[in-house]
Amino acid sequence: MKEQHKNTKAKKYGMVIDLDKCTGCGACMAACMAENNVPFKKDESNKLDSITWMRVYSLTNGKKFPEADMCYIPRPCMHCEAHNGHAPCVSVCPAVATDYNHETGIVSQIYTRCFGCRYCMAACPYHARYFNWWDPVWPDGMEKYLSPNVSPRMRGVVEKCSFCFHRYQLAMNKAYVEGRRELEEDEYQTSCTQACPAGAIIFGDLNNPGHAVNQIAKPDPKHGGRPMNPHAFRLLERLGTNPKVYYLSSREWVRRAGDNYIKDEGKQGNH
Amino acid sequence: MDSALIPEGVKRCSFGKFIFWIIVVGAVLLWGVFAMLLCWFKGLNQTNMNDAYGFAVWIWADLAVIALGGGAFFTGLLRYIFGKDELKNIINYAVLIGFICYSSALLILAIDIGQPLRGWFIFWHANVHSMLTEVAFCLSCYFAVLTIEYIPLILENRQVDKVPFFHNLSHNMHGIMAIFAATGAFLSFFHQGSLGGVAGVLFGRPFAYREGVFIWPWTFFLFTWSAAACGPCFTIFITWITEKITRKKLVKKNVIMLLAKIAGWMLATYTIAKIIDTWYWAAVTVPSKGFTLMDFYSNNPLYGIWILVLEIVICGVVPSIILITKKGRESSFLLISAVFLGALGACVNRWVMVLQVMAVPVMTFESWPMYFPSWQEIATTILPVAYGIILIMISYRYLPIFPQEREIEQIG
Amino acid sequence: MLPFSFEWIWDLSHMVFMGGLWYALTIIGLGMTYCIIKAAVDTCKGKGGHCGH
Repeated sequence: MKEQHKNTKAKKYGMVIDLDKCTGCGACMAACMAENNVPFKKDESNKLDSITWMRVYSLTNGKKFPEADMCYIPRPCMHCEAHNGHAPCVSVCPAVATDYNHETGIVSQIYTRCFGCRYCMAACPYHARYFNWWDPVWPDGMEKYLSPNVSPRMRGVVEKCSFCFHRYQLAMNKAYVEGRRELEEDEYQTSCTQACPAGAIIFGDLNNPGHAVNQIAKPDPKHGGRPMNPHAFRLLERLGTNPKVYYLSSREWVRRAGDNYIKDEGKQGNH
Repeated sequence: MDSALIPEGVKRCSFGKFIFWIIVVGAVLLWGVFAMLLCWFKGLNQTNMNDAYGFAVWIWADLAVIALGGGAFFTGLLRYIFGKDELKNIINYAVLIGFICYSSALLILAIDIGQPLRGWFIFWHANVHSMLTEVAFCLSCYFAVLTIEYIPLILENRQVDKVPFFHNLSHNMHGIMAIFAATGAFLSFFHQGSLGGVAGVLFGRPFAYREGVFIWPWTFFLFTWSAAACGPCFTIFITWITEKITRKKLVKKNVIMLLAKIAGWMLATYTIAKIIDTWYWAAVTVPSKGFTLMDFYSNNPLYGIWILVLEIVICGVVPSIILITKKGRESSFLLISAVFLGALGACVNRWVMVLQVMAVPVMTFESWPMYFPSWQEIATTILPVAYGIILIMISYRYLPIFPQEREIEQIG
Repeated sequence: MLPFSFEWIWDLSHMVFMGGLWYALTIIGLGMTYCIIKAAVDTCKGKGGHCGH
């Protein structure tokens, strides 16, 4: 699994989400659910037992008018690399049901291998992993609209955002047929990226200087991928999870909300 | 009615009374079995667990019974490896309690996993870097060892012992029990430790995460240590309860005193190590992640600083002082209070390292999720208790669990 | 668990972990086998009186 493809350079697919652009419309959530056959219940109001691979959190600066401000944070799986692929969830899974792909940087979940111990959920600080507490049931006729490219999950296993990995596979198949080994930036895009009406989500290869994600976030490989863009930050940077989702905001309180700081710790906007 | 099965020279209650209590406890057991079947057939939606509480009361119960069952490996280690011969008079009961605890732990794990029929994946597709894999392997192997240690007791039943093959088998197993005990201690060291490692390696959860040596976080060593300290406390406590229920002395005082003294020193040294660990974690590890100690103990309805005081001071320092002082051990009230607190301390520690880890918000825009188990979770957690009581009742009635019982009865 | 499963890698982690496991299992297995065989032999030899232990 650590072997890299002989003919291609290792990719590190990741995201940059511009929080100043995000309106909290939830289109990314809806697109994700439709694309990935995410099961839902009649009542989805309890967010502690409903599955949302992409979840939009809302937060405020806690101040009163006129300084009151709010922000929406879309949260997919961070596809943490941590140190050399030892993501918090990957290293703990007892049955190798989740794996870090060194070719793409994507953390996979093998549903037929998972036996539902939920240790990965305990390990993930982002709550990006969801358990199928119920059997997936779709309204009559809706089965016909399920994506044939994504296997539905059964009760008792954990699932999470895959960065629409099936789209990567389809794009690679097409490229191979055309005699190529590399993908263009627009050939592999996640459904949430394409659905965002504000264009707040950008997706691409963080290792590729030609891709927008690299140009915007400017990940510093010498410091575990920390963004060099002063307006960019990652969630819970200090835990050492080395996530591949970067956030952008011109507002300091938003950047500060991305991580924990002790009260008198120097005012740090990003890291 | 069943007098031919009862060990010679000891008194037992009437068969009717025995059956009556078996039925009473059996009803509780059936309630648990019903809840267990609901969880297996309808799924884990029968619980109040959720995506924030992926680990909940079952995992706590699992960790707690394994810690309390640690009396078996540690007493075995003292008896067979370190030659504390007096402990032969309590080792049978320690083994029985351990057997109950470990079989319960395996049962709880089987209920807890979302796809029970795939449980064997943890062995076949093992990820050797996962602490849970180490737990599963060592737990299963050690359960095999405990079974081997329990079998000779069954074979010593008056009627079974009359069969020459069983008599010889029991004799031979006793002959090499030291080897099994050593293997059990080896396995216990790793699985008790790995259970500590389960929480300690979670670098995404600052409340649980600990630095350590090589691949093992400090919690690895602390869990083994606390199991060695609290397991014997639990053995003494259950022995005392059994003596109260049966209204007779079953183990001589010097045996209890020796085990209590050793448990006391283990508990005292563990408590010192735990204080150092907590101090280092609070002063160095936690601030490096952007938290202060009180972030973990405020702004929620349950987890106040009291829980840390309860775990370390009331269930650590206090019982240690009682157990390492001769006066403390010799007062029956203080001794039993101390072993109860010692055992409770392990349970509180496991609670904190499972439930509070899940409860503490890590992202700044989250709040503390609270959780209360469903009746199915409660029933399945009580199930092993009922099963344990029944197994103790049957074993006590028909097997020579307490070698000193006849002698004490004759003196009395 | 066995070198036949496809995840198996001959690296230090697997050798230490699985080595420990198979070592323990071997002791348990051989120990029990010894006890059972010896008990059968003893029984055939006519032992089986109460010898106390």
